[in-house]
Amino acid sequence: MKILVVDDFSTMRRIVKNLLRDLGFTNTQEADDGSTAWPMLESGNFDFVVTDWNMPNMTGIELLQKIRSSDRLKDTPVLMVTAEAKRDQIVAAAQAGVNGYVVKPFTAAALKEKIEKIFERVDASK
Amino acid sequence: MQVNNQDNSNSKNSSIKVESVMSPDSDKLKSIIDAGDLEQAAQVIRELQISRDQTIFQEVGRLTRALHNAIRNFHIDLDSDGKEKDKNDLSSMVDASDRLGYVVDLTEKAANKTMDLVDECIPMTDQAREELSILQSDWSRLGDRDMSADEFRGLYKRVDQFFKSQDLNYSALQSNLTNILLAQDYQDLTGQVIQGVTSLVRDVENSLIDLVKMASHVDSITGYQVDIETDVEVIDEDAHLRGHGPQIKKDESVVASQDDVDDLLSSLGF
Repeated sequence: MKILVVDDFSTMRRIVKNLLRDLGFTNTQEADDGSTAWPMLESGNFDFVVTDWNMPNMTGIELLQKIRSSDRLKDTPVLMVTAEAKRDQIVAAAQAGVNGYVVKPFTAAALKEKIEKIFERVDASK
Repeated sequence: MQVNNQDNSNSKNSSIKVESVMSPDSDKLKSIIDAGDLEQAAQVIRELQISRDQTIFQEVGRLTRALHNAIRNFHIDLDSDGKEKDKNDLSSMVDASDRLGYVVDLTEKAANKTMDLVDECIPMTDQAREELSILQSDWSRLGDRDMSADEFRGLYKRVDQFFKSQDLNYSALQSNLTNILLAQDYQDLTGQVIQGVTSLVRDVENSLIDLVKMASHVDSITGYQVDIETDVEVIDEDAHLRGHGPQIKKDESVVASQDDVDDLLSSLGF
């Protein structure tokens, strides 16, 4: 399971990576915004993307839209972990095809629950 | 940090002055026109024009001074040729962004320091738990009298070693916990910096309000009318696609918790 963690704050990337490691996901890579993440996604075979929303250059929602419109990557599960908490935004993320939405500040349990739920669904659809 | 009140009262005086000069003149003009003396009327119009121009010149001069004060209140010091002074004399604005940069640095360092210490602690507790569970199972075998004398001597040694290693382990854990506690001192330091920057922003806002008031006064004496209140609010259709950062003010457009997010998503069929 290869996971890409996208956040412009290195401390948040580190927190997410540590939590993922505790959940048994050790193969993680980092990108500091959507525009850095995109070439990594295109060239590497990532199974899962955890992304923030508010980032410079390319935001998380733009990255999500780009992933969903790509033939090769469109089925990659995307979990949004973000401080964006407006209802409009959550609806927009859902419409763009997000697989899960965690608002910051979040707990390890919330992150675990969402990730497990996403993989249950991915496995069920296989 | 405000444009001084004297300027404001001056501006009121000048508009009163221009009216007091103009209104008797206009009465005079009316009676002259009624009397049919066109040459005299043209003369009065010229005088009116001159007094209006003079008032505008005075007003522009006053506003220039006030503007200069407002700019100085921004702490952006300008040389006489209008260039910014050299880097040794940075404005408060530059200073403010430097200070906010310092806040970002400090919080990042504190977060990393805390995470480093936690990363050190986790293997210690993992290892202790592992050793503990092995000792525990041996200990219960001893309780069940399911152990040879040799094995018991081995267990005795291991328990002894475990006590010693745990003593070291706990002092290391304790020192890491203390250091994690100390790493939280950033809150005090950054709090003070942020308060300073907040008060600067408030002062700048006041100066800007004064500038807007001055600009509307220029408009009123030159007869150019702009209704500030009718500024059309630009409707931004992509607003919900842009990031806003953390929501400080919670209202009904903002979810209160992860449970709200889950409810909203499940209402959308998630």
